[in-house]
Amino acid sequence: MSVTPADATTETPTLSGAEIVLRALKEQGVEVIFGYPGGAVLPLYDAIFQQNAIRHILVRHEQAAVHAAEGYARSTGKVGCVLVTSGPGATNAVTGLVDALMDSIPVVCLTGQVPTHLIGNDAFQEADTTGITRPATKHNYLVKRVEDLARTVHEAFYVARAGRPGPVVIDLPKDILIGKGPYTGAPREEHRSYRPQTVPDAGAIREAVAMLKRAARPIAYTGGGVINAGPEASALLAEFIHLTGIPCTNTLMGLGAFPGSDPQFLGMLGMHGTYEANLAMHGCDVMLNVGARFDDRVTGRLDAFAPNSKKIHADIDPSSINKNVKVDVSIVGDAAEVLRALIAAWKADDTQQDRQALSAWWRQIDAWRARDSLRFNQQGTIIKPQYAVRRLYELCRETGRDTFIATEVGQHQMWAAQYFRFEKPNHWMTSGGLGTMGYGLPAAMGVQIAHPDALSIDIAGEASILMNIQEMATLAQYRLPVKVFILNNQYMGMVRQWQELLHGSRYSESYSEALPDFVRLAEAFHGTGLRATCVEELDGVIRRMLETPGPVIADICVDQKENCFPMIPSGAAHNEMILGSGNPDDPVMIIDEETVLV
Amino acid sequence: MPGNDKSGFRTATIGVLVENEAGILARVVGLFSGRGYNIDSLTVAPVNEDRRLSRITVVTSGTEMVIEQIKAQLDRLVPVHKVADLTQDGPHVAREMALIKVGGKGEARMEALRLADAFRARVVDATNESFVFEMTGSGEKLDAFIALMRPIGLIEVSRTGVAAISRGTGRLQG
Repeated sequence: MSVTPADATTETPTLSGAEIVLRALKEQGVEVIFGYPGGAVLPLYDAIFQQNAIRHILVRHEQAAVHAAEGYARSTGKVGCVLVTSGPGATNAVTGLVDALMDSIPVVCLTGQVPTHLIGNDAFQEADTTGITRPATKHNYLVKRVEDLARTVHEAFYVARAGRPGPVVIDLPKDILIGKGPYTGAPREEHRSYRPQTVPDAGAIREAVAMLKRAARPIAYTGGGVINAGPEASALLAEFIHLTGIPCTNTLMGLGAFPGSDPQFLGMLGMHGTYEANLAMHGCDVMLNVGARFDDRVTGRLDAFAPNSKKIHADIDPSSINKNVKVDVSIVGDAAEVLRALIAAWKADDTQQDRQALSAWWRQIDAWRARDSLRFNQQGTIIKPQYAVRRLYELCRETGRDTFIATEVGQHQMWAAQYFRFEKPNHWMTSGGLGTMGYGLPAAMGVQIAHPDALSIDIAGEASILMNIQEMATLAQYRLPVKVFILNNQYMGMVRQWQELLHGSRYSESYSEALPDFVRLAEAFHGTGLRATCVEELDGVIRRMLETPGPVIADICVDQKENCFPMIPSGAAHNEMILGSGNPDDPVMIIDEETVLV
Repeated sequence: MPGNDKSGFRTATIGVLVENEAGILARVVGLFSGRGYNIDSLTVAPVNEDRRLSRITVVTSGTEMVIEQIKAQLDRLVPVHKVADLTQDGPHVAREMALIKVGGKGEARMEALRLADAFRARVVDATNESFVFEMTGSGEKLDAFIALMRPIGLIEVSRTGVAAISRGTGRLQG
């Protein structure tokens, strides 16, 4: 952002670079930093030691620092902040940065760097951090002059949150943190080059409304963009869906934007989406996409995706439009602004909706719904993972507490998405785009820091949880009462499922030998460990987990053979879905003939 | 559409105005390699008085959908001010400069000089056994001249890549 000396609030150069950074963070509203110290960032840690405005949370691995900042950001709508050292500190953070990039989570990550005169000399703990993180971030900076420090921090926060949010790295050489320089406040003028369009084009909005009003089989498909646009966008989405009477489905990242209990909600769509959501997408004649990106896990085979439909795509990132799927109307703008404009244009347009066609469409959808694609059979004493998630949901609701769910990646993640119902935005943290095992525990930790009195639960698998298990120590240190709910089937379940369905049941390397005793593991980390091995124990364990004040690991031993259905095999179309019959040995391939008709 | 062929591929000459800052070229090149786009040529140099802005001209090819993607992806880079598809936006001038070293004696030497004259290439270096020609023009013109020099005694070629600008009074600005 352009700061001319005339309007910048320059002060006498009495601050060290480290002090400038902290002051700029404070001005940007940062209350918490997730980080891990090291040689190159010692001046910053020294400055942190001498102040109380910003709290530092010491994680046990830099990847976890970024995921914690993501959980913090996603559950608050603020920018998450991370501080790591040079070299391995920065490279360890890369997975978290790419995760935040793929899921559009605003994070600013400060990385230490060797002193400027050593850059390029292969110094101890030197890495080309800006080079490594260039494709891993929305933008990155290497600060080479202490005079640029404050301006760069302010700009980084602007870039992280403006337009489509994302991670930003600021690489800070040690001599820049020690050197003295002026502090400049956040600039008031526009950024020189980065000014994303937030207000949609009125003509495109009118065109979209005209299309939707004339639709016989409309559907709204919304994603994480609605969540990123703030709670107001979710409220406007509900208003628009109710105003128009059309069905609504959410992507994995978009869950919570539309109330899960609303009769117009079809559930999640995509590879493990509901039968009704996917068939309604396949059979629709007009599709309204707000803040989703036609991801391959959502579209399935592209040439068979919603084949007879006109498509409207609203996104704040113009590069998301016409990337995978060619659309008929493109709208660039912030989801809240787009929905507000759609509501106004809908009311202003005199065209009568074809209510008769819409009722016929709903009758068709209700017929699909009647197949009850999330049905499962909880028979016998072995716990079905779906049942465990459903009971967790019901018992959480009984507590009446504000509940946040994070997940790792795999079958348990999909079951959580299917069986936990979200009524509000910002309560669901999951790694959608990158699919990062090890995301959930640190994300739940970041959530708990932001919402100390809420219930923060990580629904995990026994394989994923081991990828960032060291964060149990962080939970203990800060007395964070995060609950880890492990659906333990002793397999990398989703790998096992694909091997069963696509690789002749050759379970190559997907069985976990020598798992730790999770109860004793929890105890070793100063927490509480619980275990349920049969269905009779399940409710008791969940209740105890929810009542226990500190961190808890609940090891839920579930059916090892259970598969996650419905499933659209990779590369198949929405109407080529495998449904569970309630019997895991007998999946049913459905090629729905009705959809050919609609 | 100029450069459109039967397979739906077309060539696009794209002008990009960017902040002249460290790493900007790596960002642009990384975008192309990371997303699997083609670069046929790329040129860059600072273009305004205080050297704060650089202009990149990139010649690329792809389907219409891919070229639209390339432009949108370039436009969302933080230091990018403006992206223009010169091929699509209207008449434009595109030029490339090449230095072409040709060896030979006797009649071959004379033939090289005659052709250079016909193509308006300038001699910028000469020895008893070689010339270096400087030549400016469209890529096709350069290709044609280089092809003619090959049997005569082409030694090596250095080309700048394409610089392009729109005709008329319009300009690329952020």
